[in-house]
Amino acid sequence: MAEKMATREAYGKALVEFGANENIVVLDADLSKSTKTDGFKVTYPERFINMGIAEGNMMSTAAGLATCGKIVFASSFAMFAAGRAFEQVRNSIGYPHLNVKIGATHAGISVGEDGASHQCLEDIGIMRTIPGMVILNPADAVESRLAVKAAIDYNGPVYLRFGRLAVPTIFDENYTFEIGKGVKLSDGKDVTIIATGLLVPNAIEAAAALAEQGISARVVNMPTIKPIDRDIIIAAAKETGAIVTAEEHNVIGGLGSAVAEVLVEECPVPMLRVGTQDVFGRSGKPYELLELYGLDTKTIVEKAKAVISKK
Amino acid sequence: MNSEKIDQLRINAAHIRKMALEGVHSAAAGHPGGSLSIADILAYLYMCEMNVDPKNPKMENRDRFVLSKGHCAPALYGALAERGFIPKEDIKGLRHTDSYLQGHPDMKGVPGVDMSTGSLGQGISAANGMALAAKLDNKDYRVYTILGDGESEEGQVWEAAMFAAHYKLDNLTAFLDFNGLQIDGDITKVMNPTPLDKKFEAFNWNVITIDAHDFNQIEDAVNKAKATKGKPTLILAKSTKGKGVSFMENNAGWHGKAPNDEEYAQAIAELDAYIESIGGAK
Repeated sequence: MAEKMATREAYGKALVEFGANENIVVLDADLSKSTKTDGFKVTYPERFINMGIAEGNMMSTAAGLATCGKIVFASSFAMFAAGRAFEQVRNSIGYPHLNVKIGATHAGISVGEDGASHQCLEDIGIMRTIPGMVILNPADAVESRLAVKAAIDYNGPVYLRFGRLAVPTIFDENYTFEIGKGVKLSDGKDVTIIATGLLVPNAIEAAAALAEQGISARVVNMPTIKPIDRDIIIAAAKETGAIVTAEEHNVIGGLGSAVAEVLVEECPVPMLRVGTQDVFGRSGKPYELLELYGLDTKTIVEKAKAVISKK
Repeated sequence: MNSEKIDQLRINAAHIRKMALEGVHSAAAGHPGGSLSIADILAYLYMCEMNVDPKNPKMENRDRFVLSKGHCAPALYGALAERGFIPKEDIKGLRHTDSYLQGHPDMKGVPGVDMSTGSLGQGISAANGMALAAKLDNKDYRVYTILGDGESEEGQVWEAAMFAAHYKLDNLTAFLDFNGLQIDGDITKVMNPTPLDKKFEAFNWNVITIDAHDFNQIEDAVNKAKATKGKPTLILAKSTKGKGVSFMENNAGWHGKAPNDEEYAQAIAELDAYIESIGGAK
């Protein structure tokens, strides 16, 4: 079994690792122990600003700091960062294209016991509609660290999506990350599974299970939801003829929608989406919820077989 | 302040008012009432107070200004033109598709605009961010913002008020343009935010109440704010909405309505007569 670490944990470690850059300022809205920005708070206390429980104010304050040359990380749970503070993100950060990185943790249903009010399954869809917003949804600790580094090096607004649940570390030190690039993890000819975030290990497992049944599945990891890697999607459509997307998000507005938009415009092929099916979550243990809502290996395998039958 | 300086500022402010009206008239849309009420504060800040350079609008150590009540962009554009950031002949492009002067301030498009605003409540937060950046960098530039009285009904204003006091942003001076009117009428009837002085005091701000159209009082308050350590300052500026144009004064109907040709001609005639009366050039 691979090592496990929550992507939020890797986010917090990366902030400390790259925090020597004196332009970096980290804001948090009274959740630093949960978002894991508390490590930065200890290491660089003068550049850690607690905003109190006021996410809208946090986003506009971040914008003001960014106009003065700061690289600002504004952290909260995805529900409040993307949801509650949407309009501040849109008008204060997105519209003037300011250098603010939104570190959104506790995304998705794997938040678990806190229940539906805190399980943000809409954030990718919301953030995707803001012109110029980059959206990164890393799958493991290695990719999270690289995503934070890439966000620091990129000049402009970035939404970084992290999870609460410890997930397997699937990439090694040779893994490379580039904003806007999908990564082909394994090749296949019958179907392509395009997965993001927590569902990437499931996609890899699903490909192995399909192989045992004589089905050759390509696996593509899509850590950048926007700008989406059109080329890797088009190639998958042309070369495998069927697509399954897998994400811990509503099937409306997220990776599935982004991929569908490319397919419809460039190369329509049969496609099915693994994700929550336009419903709210509930309290429960994370892995029980993931299974209950069909965010698992079994569902990816089923959808892969179903989509092949539509070819 | 000597009388010559006051007269010069009055002339500057009248020009800002004329340009605000020129823009709104040309656009046949916009917000004249609140633009006229803040013209004197803008004249003082841009012509007298702020360390800014029209030739170098992004100068690192410049004082910052955020128009939190972004709908009064016509007055801000007037002030920027009066100070030389933008050509006066561009004012008539306000709100036109082929102009860079949008209905609300756009920092990417207009030299001298430090923050894009328009959605109420957000500008003061951004101003806080700028003031905090100055503290972090040990820089001595100051940050100015103007809030509307109606704007204070937005919850974010109070989140920002808490923040500025908590982090002791004494390099921040916020004016609150207290003209008493918002789109739907008298602010105390729509959603009473008063007493604003006591509220800001309770939020641990230094509060100074002034007549928004008296340059001596504006100067005195700004200087007191600069001398105040450990607290942000709110200058509660009691103003007349539509100030300077007889038929617009104290009339909520001019919040977001453009004058027609006849009304515009009368407004300009009144402002020109005022400028001439104190010896200025039209």
